[in-house]
Amino acid sequence: MKRTLPKAQLVGLTIGFFFVLVVMPLLNLLPATHPLYISTFTLSLYGKYLCYAILALSVDLLWGYTGLLSLGQCLFFSLGGYAMGMYLMLKIGTRGQYHTELPDFMVFLEFAKRFPETGGLPPHWIPFRNFPFAAAAVIVVPALVALIFGVLAFRSRIKGVYFSILTQALTYAACLMFFRNDFTFGGNNGLTDFKDILGFDLNSAATRRGLLIATGLLLLATFWVCHWLTTTRFGKIQRAIRDSENRVLFSGYATENFKLFIFVVSAVIAGLGGALFVPQAGIINPSEMATDKSLEAVVWVAVGGRGTLVGPIIGAVVVNWLKSVATHSAPEYWLYILGGLFIVMTLFFPKGLIGIPGQYRAWRQRRNPPAS
Amino acid sequence: MTRCLSEILKRSQPWLRARFLPSLTVALLTTLATRADEVRIQLVSAITNENAKAQVALIDQLSTSTNSIVAQTLTTWRQGGVYIYEFSDDKKTPFFADTVTDADGKVRGIQISNGEPVRDASGQVVLFAPSELTAADTTSGLRKAIKTSLDILALSNPNPNVRRDSAAKLGLEQNPVYLNGFRAHLESEKNPEVRKALQEAIAITDLVSSEKSIQLTALKTLDDLRSVMGLDAVMKLETASKEKIPELSAEAAIARRHIQQHIAFSNFLGTLFRGLSLGSVLLIAAIGLAITFGLMGIINMAHGEMIMIGAYSAYVMQNIFLKAFGPGAAAFNWYFVAALPFSFLTAGLIGMLLERSVIRFLYKRPLESLLATWGVSLVLQQTMRVIFGAANVQVDSPAWLSGNVNYQDVVLAYNRIFVVVFAVGIVLFTWLLLTKTSLGLQVRALMQNRQMAACMGVRADRVNMATFAFGSGLAGMAGACLSQIGNIGPSLGQSHIVDCFMVVVLGGVGNLQGTVSAALGIGVTDQVLQPHLGAVMGKITVLTAIILFLQWRPAGIFATRGRGLEG
Repeated sequence: MKRTLPKAQLVGLTIGFFFVLVVMPLLNLLPATHPLYISTFTLSLYGKYLCYAILALSVDLLWGYTGLLSLGQCLFFSLGGYAMGMYLMLKIGTRGQYHTELPDFMVFLEFAKRFPETGGLPPHWIPFRNFPFAAAAVIVVPALVALIFGVLAFRSRIKGVYFSILTQALTYAACLMFFRNDFTFGGNNGLTDFKDILGFDLNSAATRRGLLIATGLLLLATFWVCHWLTTTRFGKIQRAIRDSENRVLFSGYATENFKLFIFVVSAVIAGLGGALFVPQAGIINPSEMATDKSLEAVVWVAVGGRGTLVGPIIGAVVVNWLKSVATHSAPEYWLYILGGLFIVMTLFFPKGLIGIPGQYRAWRQRRNPPAS
Repeated sequence: MTRCLSEILKRSQPWLRARFLPSLTVALLTTLATRADEVRIQLVSAITNENAKAQVALIDQLSTSTNSIVAQTLTTWRQGGVYIYEFSDDKKTPFFADTVTDADGKVRGIQISNGEPVRDASGQVVLFAPSELTAADTTSGLRKAIKTSLDILALSNPNPNVRRDSAAKLGLEQNPVYLNGFRAHLESEKNPEVRKALQEAIAITDLVSSEKSIQLTALKTLDDLRSVMGLDAVMKLETASKEKIPELSAEAAIARRHIQQHIAFSNFLGTLFRGLSLGSVLLIAAIGLAITFGLMGIINMAHGEMIMIGAYSAYVMQNIFLKAFGPGAAAFNWYFVAALPFSFLTAGLIGMLLERSVIRFLYKRPLESLLATWGVSLVLQQTMRVIFGAANVQVDSPAWLSGNVNYQDVVLAYNRIFVVVFAVGIVLFTWLLLTKTSLGLQVRALMQNRQMAACMGVRADRVNMATFAFGSGLAGMAGACLSQIGNIGPSLGQSHIVDCFMVVVLGGVGNLQGTVSAALGIGVTDQVLQPHLGAVMGKITVLTAIILFLQWRPAGIFATRGRGLEG
């Protein structure tokens, strides 16, 4: 790892992870009156940022390293989230509004009439009572959707902008589908009102600390996998595809397969991020896979710096932190800020925040060329 | 269906005569009345009468009146807007509440008997607080009677649509007492649609006649008229007479088949028209994108916002006309004619600014143009939200765009027809511009080979700016056009952008015929699927079908053939 990661980034990353994995949970243990106390709400907020950072890494793996701008990455994030949400939903048991074994929205939508043989629970929901199955679904479902779409898209050589537009259409179609009540995933309201996960109360500070640490560890693992992947021979081909796909193709590589593999991997990463997002956010609904969410994820990567692995993490955390601050204190300006970020970053800082020092050095050099 | 009022009256007459002779006498007297004050007296007695059956009888008789006060009073009464004032000597007078309220929120009462304000015994005008108003009671039977009277009154309404609907409604009741009324109206009626409705009403009512010959003629008429309205009655007759009069049943079956064929045909026409009109909407919205994306290679995510800006421009123009001429003025109807070029210019100007400030730096980086323009779209949306508010705004269609025609039982709304015509116009205009002008020549040259064209002296910078401005202007016009068929809100553009991209991608980049056939194809497919799958599933199916279609033809329906590797 040390071999390729700049020292400054490595130090920053270590401090960041140390802060999230050790310092924040410890500060949460302090009494609430202590000046350094971090509330459980803030913990979960940062937990969500880290989930977004995982999503950003998956976008970067596609866009920054392979040149495939996917505008549907939030679909995979949400699919992972829904798989986890289904498990959490079934764990509520009789503690819902209607005090039945059936999740509230199914009672409300009279699913008992639609699925009389199971008492109202749609058959595909049943195995989600089992945590290992739900965890497997978090990985398999996004992977499968990505595989099918990827095969179709890459086989017919859809690339560049067309790939972006089609992924956007895909997530748009899925979003419409999930908004429907009879699609059995809670329609407009989605899945919410969760009580506990694996027997731990979701509202307790200890569970929240645990979830934050788990998210941090997953992010670290994702980072490590991405780093490993991009430094192997595979990573080289990946970047070669980004820079000139036809040359790679003519050199005898089946670029379709490479692209398909990376598309599926990134879908799985996004799905895992979504699965940890849901218990911390407490809700998953179709607006999470709306087209603009995916575009937002692309901004995080663009702001942080694409084609690097530290950039997307910084971008996701910074932009979302900014969003929390801005939507709280000046909601009417948030869209201006976000829109402005998009424009300014693409026009002036194509390498993102991470690239600014380099850009500055280049600018200095241009101004004062070294005396030869 | 509805209770047959006259028959009830007939049946109850002996009983009525015995107990309520005085009120009946009033009723009989007032039947002859044509003068306004006598109609008023009749109305008053209908409202204040204590006996519900006599009230029904009086209301029934009022239905022959031609005075507009009758319809007005009955409508208000039914809605509970007629109140009773009791004089000190137990006499009652019904009244409407005046529309003007004074400082205390009190209103004067306008007496129905003479149109004068209500005065108490001393001649003082009485003022009512809202809580002091006692509404004249109506029972459900009474409301039904009022409804029927209003329907009969509607046969003489000056608005032909009201006359037509009322004839249809009364005809479906299959009540022979209306027959004379229908025939009388048919003689004086000029409007062909109302005439048809009256003929249908007569024939449908004749179906329940006891004479076979009349029934057969009625069937023949309904068959000839291809009466959709009469289908239920014909089918009823077909089953009812199956055993007793088989030949009648056979005739009915023939008429039914003809009518059903006609319905199938008009459904087909309707679907085609709706598909065409949806396709035109898509086409109008997407044609600007076909130019900026297809010809220039810019992924303009702010394209939807250009549509939105055009729509808001139409809204602004409407308000300018409202201010200058006042609502309802004849000149107001022309605001839309002014709005079209205004929208074009506004959106075009903003497009030009956008090209100069952002897009020209991104010609070599199409994916990044996507991101920057999405940022622009967010900023534009928020700006509109700040200026016009987050809620939707209302644009009123000019008179010549509202309304519809009925062709072969397919309702064609004028604004939809306009959209189709407009789409044809806009495609023709764009085609002429691209193929017959020097700007078009330069645009096509740049599209084929940017560097070569620049070497040949095409000023790429300027042509780009003009093309982008033109594409944005077209989007603006599309917005003005869409303002006539839907709501305008800050997120108007968002709802069109995915569809627009689908049209351009499916059509194949860089040619107009592809865009046209893709838009119409998507529109018609969507409308064909919608009745079977519902709106959302229809849309999802279309999206999936497009993705699958691109498997077969990755570059769209009309791909530009080239030998370039990256083409």
